[in-house]
Amino acid sequence: MTSQQTPRQYWMSIMAKSAASELLSLSDTEAAQQDFEVIRAPEIGLTQVRGRMGGTGSQFNLGDMTITRCVVLSAQGFYGYGYVAGRDKRHAERAAQLDAILQDEACFDRVMTHVITPLTKKLEQQQDNHTKEVAQTKVNFFTLVRGED
Amino acid sequence: MYVAVKGGETAITNAHKLLEKKRRGDLSIKALSVAQIQEQLALAVARVMTEGGIYDPQLAALAIKQSAGDLVEAIFLLRAYRTTLNRFYVSNPIDTGTMHVERRISATFKDVPGGQMLGATFDYTHRLLDFTLLADGRTPEQVSSKLCPEQDSHTQKTSDSMTRVLQMLERENLIVTEEDNHQPPVDITQDPPTYPCNRSARLQALVRGDEGFLLALGYSTQRGYGRNHPFAGEIRIGWVDVSLTPDELGFAVDIGQIQVSECEMINGFSKLNDDNDSNADEIKFTRGYGLAFGDNERKTLSMALVDRALQADQYDEERSSPAQQEEFILAHCDNVEAAGFVSHLKLPHYVDFQSELELLRRLQAAQHTTQGDS
Repeated sequence: MTSQQTPRQYWMSIMAKSAASELLSLSDTEAAQQDFEVIRAPEIGLTQVRGRMGGTGSQFNLGDMTITRCVVLSAQGFYGYGYVAGRDKRHAERAAQLDAILQDEACFDRVMTHVITPLTKKLEQQQDNHTKEVAQTKVNFFTLVRGED
Repeated sequence: MYVAVKGGETAITNAHKLLEKKRRGDLSIKALSVAQIQEQLALAVARVMTEGGIYDPQLAALAIKQSAGDLVEAIFLLRAYRTTLNRFYVSNPIDTGTMHVERRISATFKDVPGGQMLGATFDYTHRLLDFTLLADGRTPEQVSSKLCPEQDSHTQKTSDSMTRVLQMLERENLIVTEEDNHQPPVDITQDPPTYPCNRSARLQALVRGDEGFLLALGYSTQRGYGRNHPFAGEIRIGWVDVSLTPDELGFAVDIGQIQVSECEMINGFSKLNDDNDSNADEIKFTRGYGLAFGDNERKTLSMALVDRALQADQYDEERSSPAQQEEFILAHCDNVEAAGFVSHLKLPHYVDFQSELELLRRLQAAQHTTQGDS
């Protein structure tokens, strides 16, 4: 979790960034234990992606990306929201279900331990491997003195 | 002028069947999967996503498969699909400063904070055909994850310590700064641009613009047609978080990460022609910006060159070269529009052509009569 994130932002971020297959396999049993009412069935659409001129200046539209969103209501009365990049409806639905479960204090520790923490570790590990690979290509160019007087 | 025709249904159906057959090629050779295209033709996927206007590698790979590798056709397919989806949200602007970099170079400073990472690049290859790939089945050599002695351990913490190169010049007041005007950007997919248009509309059009067209225009500025003396200040390729703030929640949520390429060009110094701007009155380096989906470096370089050339008015430069003509470039850089209008010449123009033919015959007849009279 970064210092600017609330716990809810943190778990939503981890679930969105993780591969759908990993999220699903880690949370199948957890999701099966509860009943959910589907408030907004998973639907695929677009979100416009914005950039900034020069990376830091005024905004401009870079293009769109696909997004899938879903809202569920847990039996305990918590609304769960799922927003994930791409077009995987199961990914968005599971993220919404777990968002509802994680708001329930009775389940929070268990789901964090069995789902969110392993996903975080996996993402960190991927990032770490990646960074190390890229670091192998760090370059130091030397400027040569030219021959002319 | 095109006059509608009808008929030809059977021929058209059969032509489409034949297209399908031709696209598949020799049946004794295994069909390409979309996943293979997505993983192994990633640079084509990046181009189709950028010019097609949707970040979705799987859809772009599908479009490439369906178009038999015709990328302009694939871009068209993606644009057409785009119109079938609702736009739910607008993202918060991505922050390329916090990018997890895969490549980061500067052509202006040898030593930059965080170092220069070549990443996976065609640069410095010898452009010799690799016949071992033809032989098939070779797995790429693993890059070891152990650090070489010459690499210090702090290079591992990449994004945290990578200050933007141009910010170093900004701090010394040597380059014009990019100020946030806090205005919502123009969306040319909703409101067609009117000319002259603002820079947000220009950049959006350039992102969607044809890479080849923009490359040629960028090249022309280097050869003297709208010279603006560019240096590649910083190029970054890597992954950034995308977040949005849904009304129903009221706080920002990350929806995932996307790969982007970014080029910040440092251009020849000049004086800004605007009394209301803090940058004015002092001679400074100027800048051009390029940003694109995926690994798309050449596109971002071209875009940054054209972006700078189109800022001519701001620096009192005479618009004398093609790369400085805003309306000409923005109205012609979209390859879906361009290919559409050029391709319509293939449609039957029988009526139109008949009238031309008759006119020519009448003119010739009249000419012969006059010649006969004299």
